[in-house]
Amino acid sequence: MNQHEKETLLSIEDLNFSFTTQRGIVRAVRDLSINIKKGETLTLVGESGCGKSVTAHAINQLNPMPPGHVDSGKIVFNGTDLLTLKKSEIEALRGTQISMIFQEPMTALNPVFTVGSQIADVFLTHQDMTKQEAMEKAVELFRLVKIPAPERRVHSYPHQLSGGMRQRAMIAMALASPNPGLMIADEPTTALDVTIQAQILDLLQDLKQHIEMSILLITHDMGVVAEMADRVVVMYAGRKVEEADADSIFHNPHHPYTLGLLNSLPSNKKYKGARRLEAIDGTVPDLLTIGEGCPFANRCVYQTGECSRSFPKETIISESHSVWCHNYQAVKTENRQ
Amino acid sequence: MSNDKIIEVKDLKKHFRIKSEGATESTSLLKAVDGITFDVLEGEILGVVGESGCGKSTMGKTVLRLYDKTEGEVLYRGEDLFAKSEVQMKEMTRKMQMIFQDPYSSLNPRKKVAKIIGQSLDIHKIGTSAERLDRVKYLMEEVGLNPKFRSRYPHQFSGGQRQRIGIARSLALQPEFIVCDEAVSALDVSVQAQILNLLLDLQERHSFTYMFIAHDLGVVEFISTRILVMYLGRIVEIATKEELVNRHVHPYTKALFIASPVVSPRDRKEGKHLFQGDVPSPINPPSGCHFHPRCPYAVEKCKHAYPPLKEISPGHSAACWVVQNDI
Ligand SMILES: Nc1ncnc2c1ncn2[C@@H]1O[C@H](COP(=O)(O)OP(=O)(O)OP(=O)(O)O)[C@@H](O)[C@H]1O
Ligand SMILES: Nc1ncnc2c1ncn2[C@@H]1O[C@H](COP(=O)(O)OP(=O)(O)OP(=O)(O)O)[C@@H](O)[C@H]1O
Ligand SMILES: [Mg+2]
Ligand SMILES: [Mg+2]
Repeated sequence: MNQHEKETLLSIEDLNFSFTTQRGIVRAVRDLSINIKKGETLTLVGESGCGKSVTAHAINQLNPMPPGHVDSGKIVFNGTDLLTLKKSEIEALRGTQISMIFQEPMTALNPVFTVGSQIADVFLTHQDMTKQEAMEKAVELFRLVKIPAPERRVHSYPHQLSGGMRQRAMIAMALASPNPGLMIADEPTTALDVTIQAQILDLLQDLKQHIEMSILLITHDMGVVAEMADRVVVMYAGRKVEEADADSIFHNPHHPYTLGLLNSLPSNKKYKGARRLEAIDGTVPDLLTIGEGCPFANRCVYQTGECSRSFPKETIISESHSVWCHNYQAVKTENRQ
Repeated sequence: MSNDKIIEVKDLKKHFRIKSEGATESTSLLKAVDGITFDVLEGEILGVVGESGCGKSTMGKTVLRLYDKTEGEVLYRGEDLFAKSEVQMKEMTRKMQMIFQDPYSSLNPRKKVAKIIGQSLDIHKIGTSAERLDRVKYLMEEVGLNPKFRSRYPHQFSGGQRQRIGIARSLALQPEFIVCDEAVSALDVSVQAQILNLLLDLQERHSFTYMFIAHDLGVVEFISTRILVMYLGRIVEIATKEELVNRHVHPYTKALFIASPVVSPRDRKEGKHLFQGDVPSPINPPSGCHFHPRCPYAVEKCKHAYPPLKEISPGHSAACWVVQNDI
C-alpha cells in the first residue's frame, strides 16, 4: 500500500458547486471531497448528470461563472488553493501543470484553425521552438494517438475529422503540455472502438509511469475503470456515495448504487446465457427539487424511512474503502458470495 | 428463430466520391463498403462489430436503401430492394427501420416529441388523428417515456430519454426488421441496461429481427444470436455468437477480443500485444488482405491477394489465408 505514503497532489475539500437557473438553483456538486496522490489514477464514475464534469471543470475554473458558483470548499493543488487564484494564474497552470481532455472535443477545438496549428500553438506558448518544429511535434503526437495519415491530417479542420479522430486530436493537444502533474481526462475514449481505446489507455499508462503524472479519469465505462483505476469514487446526483480501491469496488461493493452499476453490465459473468439484465429501475431525481436525504433513495431496494430524511455519514469499511449509506449492512449481507 | 432469410445481401458495395484533401479539383474514391455478402435470418439478432470507420453505419444504411448502392444486391424476402419504385419503397419503410447512431442530431429540435414519434404514421396516413395520437401514447409507454411529456421538445429530455424517442419513432409502424446503430453506446450503464431489456422485450413480443451495430463487445455478446466482424469495408468473420466468442479465428477478431477492456481489475494484463502500424484508410487500402500490415501472422500471399470469405466449420466463415491453410 505505498499509495498511502505518497504525497497528495490535489485535494478537493467539501466542495459545493451550484448553478443559478431560471427554474431555480441546481446543486450540481455537494459536500464533495476527493484526494489524488502523486502518480495515482483516480476514476470518477456515476450516472449521466451526476456532476463529474462540473467537478473536473471546478479544478480548472472552467465552469461558466455565473450562472455557476462555488458555495463553499477548497481545491488544493500542490499546496495552493486553486479557487483563490486569479484567472491569469490559473491559465498559467492550465496547459503546463494541469492538462485536460474534454468530454466534447468541439468545445476544446477551435473550428476556424487546423487541428495541427492548434497543437503547435500549445508548444509555441510554453516552449522555445520554431513554428516548423512545433508542427513536427504535432505530427508526432497525431501518430502517437493513432490518427491515420498524420502528416496530412494535421492540416484538417475539426469538422473534417470523424468523431473518433476529433477525440484523438484533442488527446494529442492535452499531451502537448510539457510536464503535466495532473491529467484530467473526461470520457476520453467514449467515441472510440475497443482497439483504439486500448491503445489510448496504454498511452496514458505509459505517460503516467514516465513522468509521474496523476490522472483524474472520468468515465461511465466500467471496463475502462477496471483497466485503469487505482482508486474509484462513485458519485450519484452530486454526492460521493462510495470510495475505494478498484478491487474493492468490483468485488466488495457496499453501496446499492455501485452494486446496481455492476449488475447492469452485460459483461457481468452472471449473464452468461441470460436474456435480460438487472437494470436499476427508475430515473435520477431532479437536482432542482432534491432534498436533504439520500438522492438514490427513490430507486433503492434497501431504502428505509431514514434515507429520505438525511444523507448518511461516512462509514469506514477499511483503510481504503468508505461508503455513505444508511443500510450498507443489508447490502453487504445480501451480496456476500 | 427460423431459417427463413429476411434479408440477403450479395456482394454489396458502397463507394463515396470525395474531394482529395489539399487539392480542390481532383476526387478520390472512398470504398466504405466493398463487396459484402451475408443473410439475415428471421427473428435473429445479428451483431455487427469492427473498427471505427470500417463501414458499419454505411452498410446498415445501404441495406435499408437509405443510401444508393454502388454495386451488388439486397433482397428483402427474395425481392430486389433496389429494383423497387419510389412508391413501393415508401411501403417498404413500414417494414424496415433504423435507430440512428446519434440521438442528438437525428431528432428535429423544433418538433414536439409526439410529432417526431408519429411522423411516419402521418406520412402513411394511418388511422384518424385521434388513433394516431393513441398510438403515439402507447409507443411512449412501451419505451418507458411518460406520455404526458409528448408536447415537449427533444432538448428537454436527457440523452437516454432522447434515445428512447428515436426507438419509439422507429417502432411506430411495427417494422419487422430494425437496424440499431450504436443504439446504446452513448448511454450510461444503467440506462443502457434498461434499453437493452426493452429491445429484447419488443423482439419477443413482436418477433422483430435486428441488426445490432455496436463497439462494446460486452453488449454485442449479450444481445446477439450471431456476430459479424468487419474490417475496412469487408466481412472478415461471421459465426453464431457462441462460436465467435469462444472460437474466433481471424487475427483481427482476435485483436478485437484482446483489446476489449477487462471486467475486473484482477484480470488486468501488462502489455496486451496490440497491433502495430498505422490505421489504414478506405481511400487507399493496403494491397492484398487489408489487415496484413498490422497482422502478426501475415505471410507473403497476404500482401498480394485478398482472401475470400470461406466456411471453416458449419455456420462459421472467415476471410484469412492462414486460417484457411491456403498459403
Ligand atoms: N451551465 C449549467 N447551467 C445549469 N446547470 C448545469 C450547467 N452545467 C451543468 N449543469 C447541471 O449540473 C449537473 C451536473 O452536470 P455534469 O456535466 O457535471 O454531469 P456529468 O456527471 O458530467 O454527466 P455526463 O456523464 O452526462 O457527462 C447536471 O444536472 C447538469 O444539468
Ligand atoms: N456521406 C459520406 N460521404 C463520404 N464519406 C463517408 C460518408 N459516410 C461515411 N463515409 C466514410 O465511409 C467510411 C465508413 O464510415 P461509417 O460511418 O460507415 O463507419 P462506421 O463503421 O459506422 O464507424 P463508427 O464506428 O465510427 O460509427 C469512413 O471512412 C467515413 O469517413
Ligand atoms: Mg460529463
Ligand atoms: Mg457508425
